[in-house]
Amino acid sequence: MATALTLPGPGAARGLGSRAWLALYVPGAALLALCFGYPLLNLLGLSLATPGLGNYVQLWDSPVFGTVLLRTFTTSAVVCTVCLVLGYPYAYAMTVVSPRLRDLLLVIVLVPLWTSLMVRTFSWLVLLQDNGIVNAGLTGIGVGPLPLIRNSTGVTIGMAQVMLPFAVLPMYAIMQKIDRRLLQAAASCGARPTAAFLRIYVPLSLPGVLVGLSLVFVLSLGFFITPQMLGSPSNALLSQLIYTQITQLGDGGTGAAMGFVLLLTTLLVLAAMVGLRRVAARSAR
Amino acid sequence: MIARRLLLAGCVLIGAWLVVPTLVAVPVGFSGTRAFVLPPQGWSLQWYENLFTDRRWWDATRNSLVIALLTTVVATVTGTFTALALDRSEFPGKGVVVALLFSPAIVPVILLAIGLFYLFLRLRLAGTIGGLVLAHSVIGMPIVVRTVTASLGERDRRIEQAAAGLGAGPVAVFRDVTLPLVAPGVFAGAVFAFLGSFDEVVLSVFLTSPQTQTLPVLMFNAVTREVDPTIAAASTVVLVFTTLLILIGMRLGRKGLVSRVI
Repeated sequence: MATALTLPGPGAARGLGSRAWLALYVPGAALLALCFGYPLLNLLGLSLATPGLGNYVQLWDSPVFGTVLLRTFTTSAVVCTVCLVLGYPYAYAMTVVSPRLRDLLLVIVLVPLWTSLMVRTFSWLVLLQDNGIVNAGLTGIGVGPLPLIRNSTGVTIGMAQVMLPFAVLPMYAIMQKIDRRLLQAAASCGARPTAAFLRIYVPLSLPGVLVGLSLVFVLSLGFFITPQMLGSPSNALLSQLIYTQITQLGDGGTGAAMGFVLLLTTLLVLAAMVGLRRVAARSAR
Repeated sequence: MIARRLLLAGCVLIGAWLVVPTLVAVPVGFSGTRAFVLPPQGWSLQWYENLFTDRRWWDATRNSLVIALLTTVVATVTGTFTALALDRSEFPGKGVVVALLFSPAIVPVILLAIGLFYLFLRLRLAGTIGGLVLAHSVIGMPIVVRTVTASLGERDRRIEQAAAGLGAGPVAVFRDVTLPLVAPGVFAGAVFAFLGSFDEVVLSVFLTSPQTQTLPVLMFNAVTREVDPTIAAASTVVLVFTTLLILIGMRLGRKGLVSRVI
């Protein structure tokens, strides 16, 4: 009791002593060590088990792996572009409408995050199939039917819908903080609205764009379910290649090596994002 | 003014693109024929009947619920403990610990899936409910840490100090003051851990056996092999169930829910 009474600092429960609280790390640390750290290190060992980085050299030489890696990059880049083109105006709109409308737009963008990925991908399958409602509509206006599924088109449409929230939310978080009086100031100094927007608003919103797009890019690189269901083996992405390698060919070493190339790429993209943010922050000052 | 209208029209279209496709599964589930056609030719409840009577679908639903519930317990307990420990302890290198804690969100799930696949084969956990719970908890725990940390950050520490000042011991302060204050964060984290597990496919595809197959895995396997509107019926049930959970979660801890994604 006396110790509690004499505690002036933050966190009255410090009476237990900082060391006692450290014990609370144990269950979580054990879970992550056993089911995250250990299996990944183990897998790294497996990928390196062949002499002289054999698995990685073999990937480097493999034309199939090169093609799939390139395709994964291209698809991710296209998804990013779609998310930028659709997400930027959407996030911007959220900052200029009334609070009630803004909440509605926020809920709409959160809905996909909260609904089952399986359900949404299944729905795209129904919509985009050769005799689906989208193709019926396209035929009606004389454009279709187009092959929208089992190819990159279907994968891109499905993935962009899944990824858009990850682009919109960071953009909105930054845009919300931009002082719109800066635009008025620019206007009163004689700038046209377009010029003010491009030269003041866009640079200020850039950090949010950077975070959003790198998130989308990284998530797209490792995406599995949507490409597997809406794509085809002939336009497989990296995670599908890994899946085949493990489940059908039983080649753990190569599959693991592919997985670590994916991880390394992911880390490089994130590092580039952090670096770009620093540069942007410095130039803004 | 024109620009503003164009912007709003664009938002309506984007909003429709985000929301409407998800609802497509609903009519297909009531289809009268064995086809994924819109609008369905005739109506029936046969796919719902199949969902609730066919052994395969029923077992998968039960597996999913059991695994998600157990995952919620493991992830919520470990996550809440970790968040409290992060809040109360200071030590050199804490930043590294935080980074490691959240690294499951960065590592591609497929990489973790094959890592666990080989580990569980050796530990004889492959294809077991226990193995799936552990795997799903790795994904769920950081989410709980995040929501609980958010509500710990929002609390007014003076309330705890006041309780201590009035003579409450450390345990009493924790049980009667801190825990109720962070309850919304714990609850929101639990809801997300449940949903994350209930919807998880990649880890589950590698780690389930035919006996422990979960609902998303069955849907995933079924969709690539057969045209069975039971998938649509299952989708609709999942959609309704998860929406209800989210609504309950929003009621009880709105901030926690938003903090997860931003």
